[in-house]
Amino acid sequence: MNEMTKIETTLKDWETDQEVRWCPGCGDYAILKAVQRTLPQLGCDPAKTVFISGIGCSSRFPYYMETYGFHTIHGRAPAFATGAKLANPELDVWLVTGDGDGLSIGGNHMMHVLRRNVNMQIMLFNNEIYGLTKGQYSPTSRIGTKSPSTPIGSVDRPANPCAFALGAGARFVARGFDVSKNLPDVLKAAHAHQGAAFIEIFQNCIVYNKDVFDAFAAPKGADDHQLWLADGEPMLFGSEKTGGVKGIALDRDLLELKVVDVVDGDWQAAGVLVHNVRNRSIAHMLIEAPFGPFPMALGVIYDDPRPTYESAVVEERAKSSEGKSANLAKLLAKGQTWTVEDTGGHPA
Amino acid sequence: MATQTADRAASATPQAGPDSVVVRFAGDSGDGMQLTGGQFTLSTALAGNDLATFPDFPAEIRAPQGTLFGVSAFQINFGSREINTAGDAPDVLVAMNPAALKTNLQALKPGGLVIIDTGEFTKRNLEKAKYEVSPLDDGSLAKWDVLAFDISALTIEAVKPFGLGNKDALRSKNMWTLGLALWMFDRDRQPLIDWLNAKFKTKPVIAAANIAALNAGHAYGETAELTGPLKKVHIDPVAAEPGLYRTITGAEAVSLGLVAGAQLAGLPMFFGGYPITPASSILHHLVRLKEFGVTTFQAEDEIAAICAAIGASWAGQLGVTSSSGPGIALKGEAMGLAVMTELPLVIVNSQRGGPSTGLPTKTEQSDLYQAVYGRNGDAPIPVISASSPGDVFDCAIEACRIAVQYMTPVILLTDGYIANAAEPWKVPDPASYEPFPVQFLEEKNAGDTLLPYKRDAKGARPWIKPGTPDLMHRIGGIEKKVDTGNIDYSPENHQIMTDARKAKIDGIAVPDQQVSHGDKTGHLAVVGWGSTYGPIRRAVDNARRKGLAVSHIHVRNIWPLPANLGELLAGFSHVLMPEMNTGQFKTVLRDQLLVDADSLTKTSGQPFQIAELDEAIARYFDGIPDNEGGEVHANTQQLPTPESGHDDGSLKATGDAQ
Repeated sequence: MNEMTKIETTLKDWETDQEVRWCPGCGDYAILKAVQRTLPQLGCDPAKTVFISGIGCSSRFPYYMETYGFHTIHGRAPAFATGAKLANPELDVWLVTGDGDGLSIGGNHMMHVLRRNVNMQIMLFNNEIYGLTKGQYSPTSRIGTKSPSTPIGSVDRPANPCAFALGAGARFVARGFDVSKNLPDVLKAAHAHQGAAFIEIFQNCIVYNKDVFDAFAAPKGADDHQLWLADGEPMLFGSEKTGGVKGIALDRDLLELKVVDVVDGDWQAAGVLVHNVRNRSIAHMLIEAPFGPFPMALGVIYDDPRPTYESAVVEERAKSSEGKSANLAKLLAKGQTWTVEDTGGHPA
Repeated sequence: MATQTADRAASATPQAGPDSVVVRFAGDSGDGMQLTGGQFTLSTALAGNDLATFPDFPAEIRAPQGTLFGVSAFQINFGSREINTAGDAPDVLVAMNPAALKTNLQALKPGGLVIIDTGEFTKRNLEKAKYEVSPLDDGSLAKWDVLAFDISALTIEAVKPFGLGNKDALRSKNMWTLGLALWMFDRDRQPLIDWLNAKFKTKPVIAAANIAALNAGHAYGETAELTGPLKKVHIDPVAAEPGLYRTITGAEAVSLGLVAGAQLAGLPMFFGGYPITPASSILHHLVRLKEFGVTTFQAEDEIAAICAAIGASWAGQLGVTSSSGPGIALKGEAMGLAVMTELPLVIVNSQRGGPSTGLPTKTEQSDLYQAVYGRNGDAPIPVISASSPGDVFDCAIEACRIAVQYMTPVILLTDGYIANAAEPWKVPDPASYEPFPVQFLEEKNAGDTLLPYKRDAKGARPWIKPGTPDLMHRIGGIEKKVDTGNIDYSPENHQIMTDARKAKIDGIAVPDQQVSHGDKTGHLAVVGWGSTYGPIRRAVDNARRKGLAVSHIHVRNIWPLPANLGELLAGFSHVLMPEMNTGQFKTVLRDQLLVDADSLTKTSGQPFQIAELDEAIARYFDGIPDNEGGEVHANTQQLPTPESGHDDGSLKATGDAQ
């Protein structure tokens, strides 16, 4: 996002008169509400806010936001957003995409918007399935996912969205899930970040991939299965009630993470890591840590800004225009020219 | 120095001063033939001659030295009369090595002059060119004048004082040759010397060596004239409209036209591109014009290039993208979105030989169907075609005007020939163009309501920039409801919106079709579009000089067509349509106008030759008194083709230009 004058709005100001057409119970409703609740808190101006999406269930999102919106074509939203942002860097750009839109057909554009570091918030709704086309497995579906196109289970290995983002050069990577009460905080952090902010939002597709994230997203056992990261805070999870507080530590011989027990709250003694959002190596490890042996790392995993693409483009344009005037007549007559004199009467 | 004089019949025509000359420079890709041609072109223009050029180079960046497929050629036709094409057959061929001689010799006019660098006629180079015996020794050059001598050695000698190694010294060989050519055509060397000094500002030794080579080549002309077939020829300046002139290529003209168009619209321009031959040069030109409010974006692919341009148009700039056929194919889906969301966009297609990768560096007009019909759904887009490098400027402005006034993507068709060819151009006065300033919608347009799809008299919807207070709305690729632009799949709405999109494009004000040359009625209309303008113009002129009732009609507006075109064509007994494709525009005209048009097609990657058109026109006048056209024979000698060894099949892993 950009520096802006805060304006007063309420949740209602961000709702459109359009009927929301997601399936009843879809996780998208919760994400929509979280966004509509967050924007007034940030003091955003609906007229300067744009939502740009590709194709898929998630990509209907702009129709429900009382802002400027562009529902584009499958996978290409990052390219539209890049053009819009370069044309008007004042716009506060939100990109809405899904696992199929953003990582399959649009994987190339996702890579480039991240490496260029165009200043925007990218919400990737990951439901591990193609919903709008009626349930085919997606690039994030786990091996063995049964679907109309994989009746006895998928065989290809899934992509890890956050690992992809970090590998592509993202300077902000975060995770949340649809019904989490912490999602607005993640959105706020993404908004505060100058540059491309990548947020993977686990989203429950209740029709084609119901409760696929329950292992960590269900309220029951949440303490044990969710590791909510906060900059400067120790990486702790679990509770005394559920079998003890645990933490994430670094195995310095193997250079990998490990889970340690924290006794009597003494996490330092257990060697628990303190989260540093600028530590790219640990961010990689947190993202790659397999769920099961490890809890799901959530919240802001990595946040280390670099100059944005559009600011570099503006600067470069100013530099290459320096001392030059936009005189079209002069431009047309540039280079070696010659004059044909008027000798009276036009020749044939 | 070996010289031969062509065997001529005793009754050879007397040597009248020519009103035009065709020269072809041919050498290895690394010999700098395109540069030599370009500088010779400039010198020709400064001498006041009219001219047309045809650069013809291989798709390989560094083809193996000395091979047949690595030959690069540059042809220029210049004269004291109006010049419309690069010329059918050269009068003079400069062949820098055996491969260049082999691939280009057959095109040379009988009795023409061939200048040969014997320094490159080594055993190895002869083998690479697949000569068993040197053509210098076997009498196979008998029907031409031959000036064969060691240009390589003379160049090394000329630049000796500058202490360059042989390899570096030989780099000046093209300047030596250019010096000789300047002598032959009585040209001033000073502009070239100035250019060399500017080009090698930071390397004065290289500049001096090149100038020495240029001067040595020039001086050699005097010597050669005394002992051989070489003659100094002076071509008078052409009679031209008074004014300021420069040379221009199509790629330059399209860039300048887009900048002018954006300025006339009062908008900054956003150009999204992706490298592709022969369209990349537009990006290269525009990137240097940022002071005109131009943002250039080299995207990750063709799709992103157009999508970013549409995103920029949505945000209030003039979005432009450019490519060639394969890239345009990738942009198809996004064009449909621009049609659906009714946003302005200019799409430039520098056509090349297809399908697929096809002939990346050769010209063709085979993307007309793609431009007119090549999208899913009923997605009409206006199409404009440019007929020459200079004409591209006006066409680009016209494309910008239609795009912003009708809120629509517009396709501008040029081709590889136009993009690379140069011609003299009378520098226009920007003030002579009518501005078409854009008015963005600033407040609600229906009382208290915003109707983003409310149409004006032209059928265009308002252009609303994100960031404008109180006008928040959503657009997208799903069918839009009339006026509100909300999602609406209902049958009656889709019918209305499909009709409205079609009516808007059909209703674009297109100027009435004029006859380019000749009368408004007659026996035969030769109808062309795009870069066939030059050869058709010349051939129709030839026919008319014989008194034949032929007219040339050149169509700029491919879609929608000029309203009077059908009526105009009805005034002719026959319609002949030469196209560098298999008859695409012919199909469109037959469909749209029910006109019984005949096709003359050519897809060799080379422009039409005048003689080919002379012959085709003549067929319509067989048996008609005074027609001598039936006796015209087409010159079937082409510029280098696969058959003549341009690609001998041994090409592997050199990386095709994309």
